[in-house]
Amino acid sequence: MSCCAPGAEMALDLVNAGSVLPSSQEIRLASRSLGDDLRQTDLSVPTVHCAACIQAIETALGKLDQVESARVNLSTKRVAVRWRGNQVPPLVAALGRLGYEAHLFDPEVDNKDKTLSELIRAVAVAGFAAGNIMLLSVSVWSGAEGATRDLFHWVSALIAIPALAFAGGIFFRSAWNALRHGRMNMDVPIAVGVSLAYAMSLYETITHGDHAYFDASVSLLFFLLIGRTLDHVMRERARTAVKGLSQLAARGAMVLRGDGARDYLPVGEIEPGMLLLIAAGERIPVDGKIIQGASDLDCSLVSGESTPRNVAAGEAVQAGVLNLTGPLTIEATAAAKDSFLAEMVRLMESAEGGRAHYRRIADRVSALYAPVVHLTAFATFLGWMAATGDWHRAITIAIAVLIITCPCALGLAVPIVQVVAARRLFENGIMVKDGSAMERLATIDKAVFDKTGTLTLGQPRLVNADSIDPAMLAIAGDMAAHSRHPFSKAIAGFARLGGQHKFDAVTEHPGFGIEATATGSTWRLGRRGWAGWKARTGGEGKHGYGGTVLTKDGFIVATFDFEDALRADARAAIDQLHNAGMCVEMLSGDTAGACGEVAKMLGVDNFIPCLLPSGKVERIETAAKDGHRVLMVGDGLNDTPALSAAHVSIAPATAADIGRNAADFVFLRESLLAVPLALDVSRKAGSLIRQNIVIAIVYNAIAVPIAILGHVTPLIAAIAMSASSLLVVGNAMRLQGFATGASSAIARQDRPARAGAMAQSS
Amino acid sequence: MTTLVYLIPVALFLGALGLSGFLWALRSGQYEDLDGAAERILIDSDDGAENATRSK
Repeated sequence: MSCCAPGAEMALDLVNAGSVLPSSQEIRLASRSLGDDLRQTDLSVPTVHCAACIQAIETALGKLDQVESARVNLSTKRVAVRWRGNQVPPLVAALGRLGYEAHLFDPEVDNKDKTLSELIRAVAVAGFAAGNIMLLSVSVWSGAEGATRDLFHWVSALIAIPALAFAGGIFFRSAWNALRHGRMNMDVPIAVGVSLAYAMSLYETITHGDHAYFDASVSLLFFLLIGRTLDHVMRERARTAVKGLSQLAARGAMVLRGDGARDYLPVGEIEPGMLLLIAAGERIPVDGKIIQGASDLDCSLVSGESTPRNVAAGEAVQAGVLNLTGPLTIEATAAAKDSFLAEMVRLMESAEGGRAHYRRIADRVSALYAPVVHLTAFATFLGWMAATGDWHRAITIAIAVLIITCPCALGLAVPIVQVVAARRLFENGIMVKDGSAMERLATIDKAVFDKTGTLTLGQPRLVNADSIDPAMLAIAGDMAAHSRHPFSKAIAGFARLGGQHKFDAVTEHPGFGIEATATGSTWRLGRRGWAGWKARTGGEGKHGYGGTVLTKDGFIVATFDFEDALRADARAAIDQLHNAGMCVEMLSGDTAGACGEVAKMLGVDNFIPCLLPSGKVERIETAAKDGHRVLMVGDGLNDTPALSAAHVSIAPATAADIGRNAADFVFLRESLLAVPLALDVSRKAGSLIRQNIVIAIVYNAIAVPIAILGHVTPLIAAIAMSASSLLVVGNAMRLQGFATGASSAIARQDRPARAGAMAQSS
Repeated sequence: MTTLVYLIPVALFLGALGLSGFLWALRSGQYEDLDGAAERILIDSDDGAENATRSK
C-alpha cells in the first residue's frame, strides 16, 4: 500500500481549505477492483441535479488520462468511475473545478438492493397473473358455462401456480417466520386465506363447480405487493439519501514508520504506538497523544463544546475531532476499536431501550384480527355443518368468509399512509428510516435537544461587526480568508468584495492566529496575548470568545466578539413544539454559561450543562421511567447513545455518521422547523392510520355477515375487496392535502437548497 | 368455442411477452436511474466522445 508521493497529496488537501476532501489514498482504499487492472470508484455527488450536470461531469471525468468511463446516476446522485493504473486519477479535484463537491462512501454497506428487485419481480408476476385470470373470470361472471367455464377455470389455475409460488412466497415465508417464533403478523391470515382459496378453487374446478376464487387469491397478492413495494422504496430512498451524505469518520491515516517511510493505512490497521501525521482539515482517526505541532481542534461533534480547543505537544486527543489549523504528529494510544468512537457505539448498543420493545400498530392489530377471523371462519363451518350436514357447502362458505376477511384493506391501511407521509416529509428534506418511527414520534410528550450543532449551528458568528471600523474589518477579513479556523471563517465573510489587500506574506501560526506583513507593518489577527506588541511568549491563559483581536505593529486596532449562531428558525420550532404540548429540554456538554444564554434566547423550559454522553442517556432513561416518551434531537458523537436511548430521535444532516445511523429521522436543511413538521405529519398520519383501520373493520362488519350467510360469490368478493382497498388508499391520499404552516415556511425558505439536495424526491 | 383454442394461448403469450420484457429490462439495469434517464434525452450527443464515456 506504499504510495508514490504522499507529500504531494497532503499539499493538495491544504490548498482546498474549507472542506475535507478525500485523499487519493482514501479513494484507492474505497475503490474496488474489477479485475484486469481496472478499478471502479463510486463517488457521491450530492449537488448533481440536471442534464447539464450529467454532461459536465461525464465529459470532464472522461477526459482524465486513466479514466475508462464515468457514468452519473441521477437518482442516487452518484458517479461511477472506472479507471486503470496505479495512480489514482484526480477525480475529486476535477469535480471540484466544476463546482461539485464529491464524497466517498463505504462500498461495503452498499450492497445492491436485492429485496427491492425481488419485490418488483413479484409485483410483475402477480400483476400478469391477476390481469389474465381477471380476464377469464369476467367471462365466467358474464355467463360462460359448462365446458367453457371449466376450461377457463383450468387455465386460471395454471396461471395462478407461478404467481402463488413466486409472488406469494414473500408472504408465506414471513408468515412462517412469525408462527415459528410464536408471534402473529398480518401475513398469517393472508397466507392462510390465499392458500385455502386456491385449494378450494382447485377442488371446485376438478369437480366442475361453478365458483372458483383464483382471481381473488391472485389479485389480493398483487395489491398487497404494491403496498409492500412502495413501503420498501420509501425506506430505501431514505437510506441511500442518508448514506450519500459526507462520511465524517476518518477512514485511514498517514503512518510515519521508524525509517521515515510513510504509509497510508486504513483505520482498522492502526495500532497503539504508531506515529500518525494529521494534516490540517483532517479528522483524528484514533485516540492519541500529540508528539509534535500545535493546532486548534474542533471538538463540537465529540464533546459538544462550541469553542475550538487550542492544543500543543503532550496533550491527549480523542478520535473524531477535527484538526483545524496546523499539521500534527500524534502517537496512537488506542486502536480504533478501543477509541472514543467505538466507546460511543458500545454505549449506544447498551442503550437500545424503548424502541426495541415497540410493537407496530399493524402487528398489534393483526394479533387481534387474525385469531378473530380464523375463529369466525371455523364457527361458520361448524354452524353450516350443524344446520345442513353438507360438509362441502360448509367448507366452501367458511373459506369464502376467510377470503372476504383476508386483510387486503387492513394490510394496506398502515403502509400506504406511511408511504404518503414519508413522501411529504421527503419533499421537505426530512428522511424517515422506517414507518414505526412515525408511529413512535406521534406519541411523544417531551422533546430533548442537544445544544451545539442542533439548536445552534456550531459555527461562531461575529456579533460586533457594526462597531468595528469597516476598513479594519476588511483587512481582518482578507487575512482570515487564509485560515480554516471557525473564527476566521466568520470574519472572512466580511472581507470587502473585489478590493483584496496586498499582503507581502501571510502565515498562519497554529493555535495563535494569522500574521501578515504589508508595506513595512505587521498585522496580526488572533489571540490577544499573542497578537499584542512583543508578547510572543504565548503564555497567556485560555481565552474565550472575547479573546480575538486585530493588531497593527502590536497595537490593538479591533476586537472581535463571537457567539454561536442559532440554527435557523430554532425559536419558531421550539414555540411550535410548546404549542403542540411538548415539554422542551436542552442537554449539552458545553458550559453552563453558554447553555444558559441559548436557553434564554429560545425559551427552552429546562437545561442541563456539562453532561457526559452517559449522563445524557441517564437523563433520558429517567424521563422514560417517569412515564415520558422522549424525542431526542442531536448531532454529535456524544449524543449518539442518547439518540438510541430515546423513544424516537432526529438528527440533522451535519451529524456524525453513527449519529445519523442511530436516528430515526434525518433532516437535510438548516431550518429546525423540520422537527415540528415531522411531529405534525406523524400525528396526522397516526390519525389517518386509525381511520383506515376503522374503515377496514366497518367493511368487515358488513361483508362478514353476508359471507357467513353464504351469499358471497367470486364476483361479490372481487368487488368488495377492491372497493375497500380503494377507500383506504383514497383516505391515505388526503394526507397530501393537509397544508401546514411549518411545511410551507420551510418550502418558502430554502428553495435553492431544495434544488440541490432534494431533486431526488421527484 | 374453437376460436378460444388459439385466442387464449395468443393472449397468454402476449402477456408473458410483456412480463418477460419487463423482467429483462429490470435485470439489465433500465430502472436503475429513472431521474437520469429523463434528463439524459436533453443531452446532445453529436460528438463521439460523449458516447465513449458511457459504460453500459
